[in-house]
Amino acid sequence: MKRFAVGLIIVMLMFVALGTFVDMADAAYPERPITYVIAFNPGGESDITARAQQPYLEKILGTQIIITYKIGGGGAVGWSDIVRAKPDGYTICGHNIPHIIVQPLQRKDTGYKTSDLKTVCWFQATPNILVVPINSPIKTLKDFVQYAKDHPGQVTLGGSGSYSANHLGTVEFNELAGISTVYIPFTGSGDAVPALLGGHVMGLMTYTSMYISYKDQMRALAIATDKRLPLFPDVPTFKELGYNYVEGAYRGVCVPPKTPDEIVNKLADAFKKVNETPQFKETMEKMGFQLVFYGPEESKKFIEERTEYYKSLMSKLIIK
Amino acid sequence: MEIFFQAFLNVLSPKNLLAMILLIPLGMMAGALPGFTATMAVSILVPFTFVMDPIMGLISVSAVYCSAIYGGAFPAILINTPGTPSSIATCFDGYPMAQQGRAQEALFTIAFASLVGGFIGTVGLIAFSLPLAKIALKFGPPEYFWVSIFGLTIIAGLSGDSLLKGVAGGVLGLLISTIGIAPVGGDVRFTFGISSFQGGVELISILIGFFCIPEVLKMARNPLSSYLKETQDIAKNEGYKSVLLKGFHNAFANITNLVRSSIIGLFVGILPGAGGNIANLIAYSEAKRASKNPESFGKGNPQGIVATESADKGTIMGSFVPLLTLGVPGSPVAAVVYGALMIQGLNPGPELFTKHADITYTFMMSFFVAMALTVLIGMFAGMLFYQVIMRTPIRVLVPAILLLTIVGSYAVRNNYMDVVFMLGSGFLGYVLANLGFSPGPIVLGLVLGPIAEKGLVQGYLMGNSVSPSMPWVIFFTRPISIVLIIISIISALWPLYAARRRRRAV
Repeated sequence: MKRFAVGLIIVMLMFVALGTFVDMADAAYPERPITYVIAFNPGGESDITARAQQPYLEKILGTQIIITYKIGGGGAVGWSDIVRAKPDGYTICGHNIPHIIVQPLQRKDTGYKTSDLKTVCWFQATPNILVVPINSPIKTLKDFVQYAKDHPGQVTLGGSGSYSANHLGTVEFNELAGISTVYIPFTGSGDAVPALLGGHVMGLMTYTSMYISYKDQMRALAIATDKRLPLFPDVPTFKELGYNYVEGAYRGVCVPPKTPDEIVNKLADAFKKVNETPQFKETMEKMGFQLVFYGPEESKKFIEERTEYYKSLMSKLIIK
Repeated sequence: MEIFFQAFLNVLSPKNLLAMILLIPLGMMAGALPGFTATMAVSILVPFTFVMDPIMGLISVSAVYCSAIYGGAFPAILINTPGTPSSIATCFDGYPMAQQGRAQEALFTIAFASLVGGFIGTVGLIAFSLPLAKIALKFGPPEYFWVSIFGLTIIAGLSGDSLLKGVAGGVLGLLISTIGIAPVGGDVRFTFGISSFQGGVELISILIGFFCIPEVLKMARNPLSSYLKETQDIAKNEGYKSVLLKGFHNAFANITNLVRSSIIGLFVGILPGAGGNIANLIAYSEAKRASKNPESFGKGNPQGIVATESADKGTIMGSFVPLLTLGVPGSPVAAVVYGALMIQGLNPGPELFTKHADITYTFMMSFFVAMALTVLIGMFAGMLFYQVIMRTPIRVLVPAILLLTIVGSYAVRNNYMDVVFMLGSGFLGYVLANLGFSPGPIVLGLVLGPIAEKGLVQGYLMGNSVSPSMPWVIFFTRPISIVLIIISIISALWPLYAARRRRRAV
């Protein structure tokens, strides 16, 4: 009996020890490498950003960041996976607006709901920009609209993915300008570039970051921001040319739904610090990325706002 | 000329040579493990290159890329499992050679074939980058559609005895490739309500299943025999020197095959979206087609592995042509390097040849040096790999390989569904193999399906803008498309012609 009691105490002590150990493990987050899942092609915006963040994140969080890819379905593959991943903060995933809002609106089997993705933060934006090849006879947005009016249904615009900011933006601009261009989706914005350079599409509704990489091979007609960007002082906004069209993609990271708030906050702080590093800022802005920051709380409101916007847009526009 | 000389000296600086020699075994190991690809190896490397100077960083990339692709041939020859998708067709003749006790000969043969593939690839990259990139840009969605159709016509060359079974296998592969979310349009297909199916099937886990599992099951049926006992180790009896000479002879016996395969590799590599997985299959089928005794392929004809292993080395350099000239990545690895270049402050594109010419030419030159070092190290690594597998008794080897297949198929995307697919296709592969189906056509359909679909849908949308009443016309009016159609027709009719020729000969 005595032996049994001693045994019981030892077992109990072990549980307590284990408990404290687990607690300590929680406190010490992150204690092992974090997997940063990218839902788009390597070499695309999300990938380039993640790779630029990686060394700073590693320094701030004190652990290795492993970048992996889950590509397909305009990101849905990665996101339907992240909602089922272990909510321990060791799997984080890049996610984008409008994709995470529009996909569940558009189809049933996405495998995730917008509310399933727990946003850590939104850290950057890439506005839409309309470009044509440098040797195109179309010199201005006016030329473009005129050409599209003269040739209805014959102007092809490439862009990244279906139901993306590029896609919806094209549809939105079509309506505002009273034209009908054909949008051709590619798997990733980098994928659309050879189609433009090879003359297979007439223009691209792409992101600022793509334009900046191919500045000497493309001509920008207009940018879908409120004000001109300091990076492209010569590129007019759609707004100043008379089209109330502001559109772009936002990038951020999310975690599986039940991830504890402390971990989310810790990650958000880390990403915020990365954004504030002057060297990182310079690198990103040189690549055409606009740095913004919405923390975990602000993100909720931001997503609500954008959801309302896209809902009204989707109901207004018949997307073929 | 001076700049080339300087570039060459840069590559050969002791520091850079040392980096390459240290990284090559690691890359080779990644390539040799099924499930760990060259893309993964380079992705892991890239963050480390940020702290290096640009030249050393890029040289490290070429060392890891070349060695990972090289390492993929080891398991293809020794256990009938392609280590990377670039060595799929290496199994077809490499493994029969190993079964005949000629594994060492095969390993030496691929060394020489790789060296030539790497050399031709590097020359193509340095000398013809700009014109080649211009050709690649001419390939739009309709052309990609026809390229994949041409790819499908080589089924005959991969289907073994029955053409009908080959075609059936190809269709099965195409069907499997449509599982998941559509590449264009984003519709969800054939997921049967299971959300894990959304990701579609991963080529690598299917490869492991189809190639490796049936072989392991076969081994397990004779648990007492060992790999060594079943086959005679010819290398031991004849001495390594004579086997090395044999390998050399195999590689250079048919120079046309060697050069043709390398050029096929270079060209396929240049096309963004098509890579070593397609190049090695096409090179294999062309080698078989051109051969006087096509029946000997699939039964241990060294020309088969010469073709595949020179072609997949050519794609390495080819995939950097559009990246360096236009800033368009030609392969997943090139895409990873694109990100690395951007972060180093090197804007991929024409600027690389003016402002940063020294770095660019050094990078190009480093491919051949990396390949030469890879071949040198690879000869010994292959020997070691072979000895380990040969000396391991079957009762240890079978569970060890099975464990690796599970780890490997999981590792590709960290997705347990891939393990399920791997085991499922392994079982299917075993049944189909006993029914006389070869895995080649199935895998071909799986590789080409998404490319064909993307080309078809995007081309249709393009056609719609040209003439809404007849959107299909665009597939038949563009010059390169017409050439591709003619090549496809010739290729599709070839088996009939070959059969007739054979009948006449008899």
